[in-house]
Amino acid sequence: MPDKSRRDFLKKTAAIGAGITALSSPNAKAGPENILSPDRMGVLVDTTVCVGCRNCEWACKDAHGLPAGNLETYEDRKILETKRRPDHTALTVVNEYSHGKNSNLPVDVKVQCMHCDHPACVSACIVGAFSKHENGTVTWDSDMCIGCRYCMAACPFQIPAFEYDKALHPMIMKCDFCFDRTKEGKLPACVSICPVEALTYGTRTELVKIARDRIKRNPDRYVNHVFGEYEVGGTSWLYLASKDFVELDFPMLGKNPAPGVSESIQHGIFAYFVPPVSLYALLGGIMWITKRRKELEEEGKI
Amino acid sequence: MSHESVNPVPIKHKYFTPGVIALAIVAVNGLVFLMGRFFFGLGAVTNLNNQYPWGLWIGVDVAAGVALAAGGFTTAALGHVMHREEYHAIVRPALLTAMLGYTFVAIGVFVDIGRWYFIWHPLLMWNGNSALFEVGICVMIYMTVLYIEFLPIFTERFIGKVNLPGFLSILNKPADKVLRILDKGLSKTMFIFIIAGVVLSTLHQSSLGTLMVIAGPKMHPLWQTPILPLLFLLSAVAVGFPMVIFESLIASRSLKLKPEMHILSRLGSMIAPLLGIYLAFKLGDMFIRKTFVYLGEFNTASIMFTIELLFGVIIPLRMFLSPKVLKSRPLLFTASALVVFGVLLNRINNFIVAYNPPYSTSSYFPSFGEISVTLGFVALLVLAYRFIVLNFPVISLPTKPTAPKTKFMIRGEEK
Repeated sequence: MPDKSRRDFLKKTAAIGAGITALSSPNAKAGPENILSPDRMGVLVDTTVCVGCRNCEWACKDAHGLPAGNLETYEDRKILETKRRPDHTALTVVNEYSHGKNSNLPVDVKVQCMHCDHPACVSACIVGAFSKHENGTVTWDSDMCIGCRYCMAACPFQIPAFEYDKALHPMIMKCDFCFDRTKEGKLPACVSICPVEALTYGTRTELVKIARDRIKRNPDRYVNHVFGEYEVGGTSWLYLASKDFVELDFPMLGKNPAPGVSESIQHGIFAYFVPPVSLYALLGGIMWITKRRKELEEEGKI
Repeated sequence: MSHESVNPVPIKHKYFTPGVIALAIVAVNGLVFLMGRFFFGLGAVTNLNNQYPWGLWIGVDVAAGVALAAGGFTTAALGHVMHREEYHAIVRPALLTAMLGYTFVAIGVFVDIGRWYFIWHPLLMWNGNSALFEVGICVMIYMTVLYIEFLPIFTERFIGKVNLPGFLSILNKPADKVLRILDKGLSKTMFIFIIAGVVLSTLHQSSLGTLMVIAGPKMHPLWQTPILPLLFLLSAVAVGFPMVIFESLIASRSLKLKPEMHILSRLGSMIAPLLGIYLAFKLGDMFIRKTFVYLGEFNTASIMFTIELLFGVIIPLRMFLSPKVLKSRPLLFTASALVVFGVLLNRINNFIVAYNPPYSTSSYFPSFGEISVTLGFVALLVLAYRFIVLNFPVISLPTKPTAPKTKFMIRGEEK
């Protein structure tokens, strides 16, 4: 597990105690990995099926050791009157919107990390604390994070949350796609509890096919758009809806990966260190020439 | 060494004045709120939240701080790389400003990050894709370079004058020896650091602009552009000399010195072209991306953009083109202050005003605590600057024109 080896590396460096030795150590990995496996997993959220029972919210808290309370209290639908965002107390929330086409029922939308194929957080993080794993999951490593919150500025879905009330060791909180559960072959907590099968867990390729198939068979039920199929280069979580995604508060995003432009600028400036080294040489040359000219001038005067 | 008569000396002036006491109060007020941040978390002192992860401290203390410290590398390039020795008198004050500026940038980062005790992590954990990583590493190295560049001022102050108290006085001679060796080694290798300083500055000044590119559509189109790194670099280069003039005129007034108007005027004459290049790219970008349509809307973004461009670039550009402005102390000061204001506002706009998260319920405005800490840092910086120029040879006193030109510089004879 890459996560584990990094943690081991940290422990090792701590044991050595000297930063300099670690710098030259071959263990020091440059940047986080970004693997895109063809078998990476995802979840298809069919918002036309979701009934807004919020059991997923409870299961998520329960699975992540957050105060979850009694499951029965989640039956209170009053909370759906206000729009909520995931934060450090809840990694997923359900919001309710007015009905879509061909139905009088409200539309409920579960919100959590989208687990992008080309995550902005992974690219942005100053220390590479975020990783995109082979199974599609985007995780955050508490041992590395310095709390700079650049991931939050970078995320196009405004997902990572920060514990502003903590003076020591504040965490970045976001859905981790139940990384520990899926490793053991279990379903993500939310998928496993959903009583109406609004959430389908499977390989992303398969889920796109299922989503397209549902739209084809029920063109009246769905808008012809699988959110997440192409947005910011594709996401692991995919959505089907009965009304325009903008009306459901989804952000309007292009097809290009969020970190595309910044990474090409970054690698352009630092292409194998050629630009900085040439600039150094150029300035050195100018310095030498101007100095020489000055000296000649002075000699000429004498 | 320079044959132009440059004569930096510790300025003889008393430290405490009513202004200094006022600054000290502002500094203490800031430190009190800073303690709140360390004891009760960022949320207790700042208005930051999950919608607005970055606020005043990143926008002003860090981003604007780095830009306004650009005088350090622009004057180093002019004075040392181009060997324009007539400007040597302003290199040291600019270097001091840069050194203190970057020190406070580092402190600003330290207090803003949630886990300040992990601030060393980027040294070991590298992410080459991250613009912030590049900025962090470059700023760390450049700060070290600035301290090395400042070392000769330190050795010059103490060579031949080492006078340790009490029993430590037996160390006077060895300490002097070490200083002399250091001074000799530094004067031979300084060119390496000076060039490195200029290269590092161009790198991180531009990468600071890359930072917000990844925020994509969360940033208002008036500012979000792929050439942000270039705009940041050009504006940093343009603000370097105005900042030196601004600071030099304030210092000479406060310390009752005669301002070096002949140098400052000549420095001022170089600002208009630099501002012009910046303005050309800024406007060119606006027309190519057709973002001028947003100026028609009457909202915070369009107003702030107009103020930034009009008062921060266009008006001072016109002023610096006028010979009358270059010769007049108050007008030169005003024009320089406008450029400084413009770049400050530009960084605030880029990092705070332009940032518009998709699920924002209310807009961000810095809390009293955040403003207190920022003002406190500015006050501390000014106090440190004052202390150093009163105790170290930084500011050059204008020498009498009758003084004979010496070819060699004498630094406290060896005993």
